[in-house]
Amino acid sequence: MYSEKVMDHFQNPRNVGEIEHASGMGTVGNAKCGDIMRIYLDIDENQIIRDVKFKTFGCGAAVATSSMATELVKGKSIQEAMQVTNKAVMEALDGLPPVKVHCSLLAEEAIHAALWDYAQKHQMTIEGLEQPKSDIGEEEEEEEY
Amino acid sequence: MSEDRRVIYLDNAATTRTRPEVVEAMLPYFTEYYGNPSSVYEFSGVSKNAVAKARKIIADSIGAKPQEIYFTAGGSESDNWALKAAAEAMEEKGRHIITSKIEHHAVLHTCQYLEKRGFEVTYLDVDEDGVVKLDELKGAIRPDTILISIMFANNEIGTIQPVKEIGAIAKDHGIWFHTDAVQAYGHLPIDVDECQIDMMSASGHKINGPKGIGFLYIRTGVKIRSFIHGGAQERKRRAGTENVPGIVGLGKAAQIAADTLAERKKKEEGLREYLMERVLAEVPYARVNGHRSMRLPNNCNFAFQFIEGESLLIMLDMAGICGSSGSACTSGSLDPSHVLLAIGLPHEIAHGSLRLTLSEENTREEMDYVAEEIKRIVERLRSMSPLYEDFIRGKKKNHQQ
Repeated sequence: MYSEKVMDHFQNPRNVGEIEHASGMGTVGNAKCGDIMRIYLDIDENQIIRDVKFKTFGCGAAVATSSMATELVKGKSIQEAMQVTNKAVMEALDGLPPVKVHCSLLAEEAIHAALWDYAQKHQMTIEGLEQPKSDIGEEEEEEEY
Repeated sequence: MSEDRRVIYLDNAATTRTRPEVVEAMLPYFTEYYGNPSSVYEFSGVSKNAVAKARKIIADSIGAKPQEIYFTAGGSESDNWALKAAAEAMEEKGRHIITSKIEHHAVLHTCQYLEKRGFEVTYLDVDEDGVVKLDELKGAIRPDTILISIMFANNEIGTIQPVKEIGAIAKDHGIWFHTDAVQAYGHLPIDVDECQIDMMSASGHKINGPKGIGFLYIRTGVKIRSFIHGGAQERKRRAGTENVPGIVGLGKAAQIAADTLAERKKKEEGLREYLMERVLAEVPYARVNGHRSMRLPNNCNFAFQFIEGESLLIMLDMAGICGSSGSACTSGSLDPSHVLLAIGLPHEIAHGSLRLTLSEENTREEMDYVAEEIKRIVERLRSMSPLYEDFIRGKKKNHQQ
């Protein structure tokens, strides 16, 4: 059901992890729907994305789109990263099954959410960037048994 | 898939391997004895006798009479027939049906169809183990209740329902009782008289028989409508030339299932307990869904916190292990399994479920391999999970405070 590229990025995801003291961090999605993506950005003084890491709770497509999205924004300027759309992520993965298209949208939103966090911290505006709508925030509690 | 790759098949609730003996029994009825059982000449008598023999085997296996067994194309058809035809036959008496929230979609979606046609349906809650509450069942019965349809055992979490008690309640109130026994037939002993079952659905391919064949047991005196109109096959209630090879295969599978039931049950239960114990002991933040002892012999259903089921299935597949999940991603919708939600699991935990259904062909050594792989994969997926990251951070924070 998945392309070879999706399977490759699922089996060998690029840029998994966390960045301590990240310049920007964004989390989108919710556990109810079964997909949560978190992106960490390390942005240098020239506004170049020096490093990027992700963590994802979700299906194979969710992991693969997160991985590909991080690859596409790494080393890019903020403006270039803003051009990484869900369509670009899907194309780079040789397509996704129709029911998984929302995963690529989530990847785009996760990048935007991390950039939004960066912009907030630096009290700046990024052209074309709006406040992400599906940030789950930090306060969501986990149930344990 | 390369042919030499090791495959551990643990999805026997989805379908089973057709036994070679079953295939062998079926083969002559394709090329040698292909006569139509309804024809008059002696040649077709062979087919007719084969159908009669299979019907007798199946009837004997559940304590029924041969004329109470009606062959269908499988479990879903049997469920559809039982519900729609009972509703139609009894609509003068009343239009209320009682079922549970954890039924198979063949029952649930048929109930929704009937609701659109003016019937009222009560969907009973289940407890945290997935058992229907008998008090609620009694409380839901009304003067216009015409049918109770409760599954014998659940396909996802394996919980066995108190069918005998439900049958007694239905009998006391003069209400027909249908049970979807697709997962239970051939795996658990069933006696339709002891459980006072009026209608029962079963399927061939869940008991190492062929796909596309099943049956509906209809007790004598339960006058429901015909499902397919046409010829006089199946006492005119389900017309159409009989699937003779399928029926022969189902009969053979039913015979073997009945003969080996006790031994198979014991072996599968042993493997099931071994796997469940290992996983619970070695994988943190894991639980077993469904009743621990009142469950199908071959059913293991786990929930692993902080991870999602489809990723888990793909990684198990890469390790040669076939399982299934109640995760939304495996159902094509955004909602996780209705069964896992009905037993009270929060959405995010329901997304991380894994169902492994064993067979007698599995070995303890395979269970060891599966447990090791689950451990490795769950750990790997958690290392990528933002939910797990938050959980660990929260724990550290609490610790510091």
